[in-house]
Amino acid sequence: MTEPLVTLSGVVKRFGDFTAVHRLDLEIGAGEFMAIMGPSGCGKTTTLRMIAGLDVPTEGEVRIGGRLMNEVPVHERDTPMVWQSLALFPFLNARENVEFGLRMRGVGAHERRRRAVEWLERLEIGAFAERNIDTLSGGQRQRVALARSLVTEPQILLLDEPLSALDAHLVIRMQGVLTRLQRELGITFVYVTHSQSEAFAMADRIAIMSEGRIEQIGQPREIYRTPASRFVAEFVGRNNILSGTSRGDAIETALGTFPTAGLPATGAPATLVVAADLVRIGRTPSDGAVPCTLISEEFVGATVTLFLEAVDGTELKVQIPERTLGELNAHAGGSFYLSWPADAGHVLAES
Amino acid sequence: MSARIGTALLLGWLLLVFVFIFSPIVASVVFSFNSDRFPTIPLGSFTTHWYDTIFADAEIGEAARNSIIVSLTTSVIATTLGFATAYTDYRYNFRLKGPYLALILLPPTIPLIIMALAMLAWLSWIGASGQLWSIIVAHSVLTAPFAMAIIRLRLNQIDPNLEAAAWNLGSSEWKALRSVILPFCRPAIVSAACLTAAVSFDEFAVAWFVSGLNKTVPVIVLEIVQGNIDPQVNAIGSLVFLTSITLVVLAQLFFISRIGRS
Repeated sequence: MTEPLVTLSGVVKRFGDFTAVHRLDLEIGAGEFMAIMGPSGCGKTTTLRMIAGLDVPTEGEVRIGGRLMNEVPVHERDTPMVWQSLALFPFLNARENVEFGLRMRGVGAHERRRRAVEWLERLEIGAFAERNIDTLSGGQRQRVALARSLVTEPQILLLDEPLSALDAHLVIRMQGVLTRLQRELGITFVYVTHSQSEAFAMADRIAIMSEGRIEQIGQPREIYRTPASRFVAEFVGRNNILSGTSRGDAIETALGTFPTAGLPATGAPATLVVAADLVRIGRTPSDGAVPCTLISEEFVGATVTLFLEAVDGTELKVQIPERTLGELNAHAGGSFYLSWPADAGHVLAES
Repeated sequence: MSARIGTALLLGWLLLVFVFIFSPIVASVVFSFNSDRFPTIPLGSFTTHWYDTIFADAEIGEAARNSIIVSLTTSVIATTLGFATAYTDYRYNFRLKGPYLALILLPPTIPLIIMALAMLAWLSWIGASGQLWSIIVAHSVLTAPFAMAIIRLRLNQIDPNLEAAAWNLGSSEWKALRSVILPFCRPAIVSAACLTAAVSFDEFAVAWFVSGLNKTVPVIVLEIVQGNIDPQVNAIGSLVFLTSITLVVLAQLFFISRIGRS
């Protein structure tokens, strides 16, 4: 990471008796695309709002560019936000919406107009400049909201689940627009989402939050392949999670003993995580393979996730390419054998 | 088939309701152009005589002037109060918010005649009765709740992030109020101004009690009717109706149509 632009240290946010954020430490680099991801109610939006100044931390410090921001009012921060609801001004047309921030800074009418139109054109909606907001499509409004936030040339852009209201095909397009913009402008994006695919597709680093705490910060691949906690392993990707006891170079679980590296000392409790796409499935038993019954399958285009149940009731998941489904002759109730290579397992650091 | 009969019955009922409501008004308008002194059928000839006499009558002119001053001033004060209350209710939570809201919302629940008597007693106690602005004060108290209700309804429709979005883009709280909240509420504000003006323009009981020598139009109408049967009343009534219905229709155009859209 380069020089941190935003630093949150020991930040706590309480609303009455409810603690939304517990002692949070987070550094976001200049020019970094940072995603904060977690289920609803995990404190990710509160964290974003504290950077914007919309919520004031109960304890701790928020710094932007080294400057302590706790007491700085929202309108003096220059931390524009793209809202989940977009929050476009319905009584202004697209261009006037984009001009708003400039108007508040006292930029002259002519200059305002020029810069607003320039941004609308950059986001390929120049033709809709004079249109009313309610005559624009979801994707077009999204672009107006982006232009409105970026027209003042901020050092940081905050995004609060901005794509959650869009159709799936538009989400992919807007992801492209956002990553391109972020790279071209070289500014910091802080992107809050509950969507794994959005965070993994765009972010340089991802912070996974749960119940007001950061569970793990890292690059997408790192989080995907080496989850730091049970929560992350459950929340990210499709993982099989097996609890057991370390036998030094293997882990003993209810489903059998599996050779694995990185285990704690013999006798210590350990948790093994195996990503569903690394599990092999077959119809014939083999040494160390786990016998299972197929329960159901989830079809997502080219890949299929099979949900199986072991004899003791443990649920296991396997991801396979759709084209191999036929030769497997998979149907609910069928018997299968699951196995994985020793290096596919990842041992959680916690007990 | 039966659905069509049902629709026809409903339309017929609607027509009856309108006839019931509007026929007295239509009669008043018709007789205001009738040359006979008494409202009887068959009608006499068409005349604008009664309009000529009311426009020539200095006392009626004075009353009209009073009514216009009172209703316009009331409208401005009541709408301002209504907006301020609606906004504080929308924006803030505080102890004693209940009593605070009751203070502005209660007046319509008090019977008008009690209200009028109380106003008279209070205003004369502080030595302020019988002035034109006594009516304005009383009417503002009376109509502010309507303004508050209309504007509050509009604020219900605002995206709760809209104001925060303005702060986020660099506007202070005052600037955001001026450049986001006020424009957003504009249809409701115009509508509230029209309605409060209409209510004040028509209001009789309170005006009669506190007006003293400064009569408004409804008060002068009563005085004319008390003396004798005079078709001038029909002429005045028609003009008052025209004024009120115009204000109400304007209120509808500005507000109800917007609500439907969003």
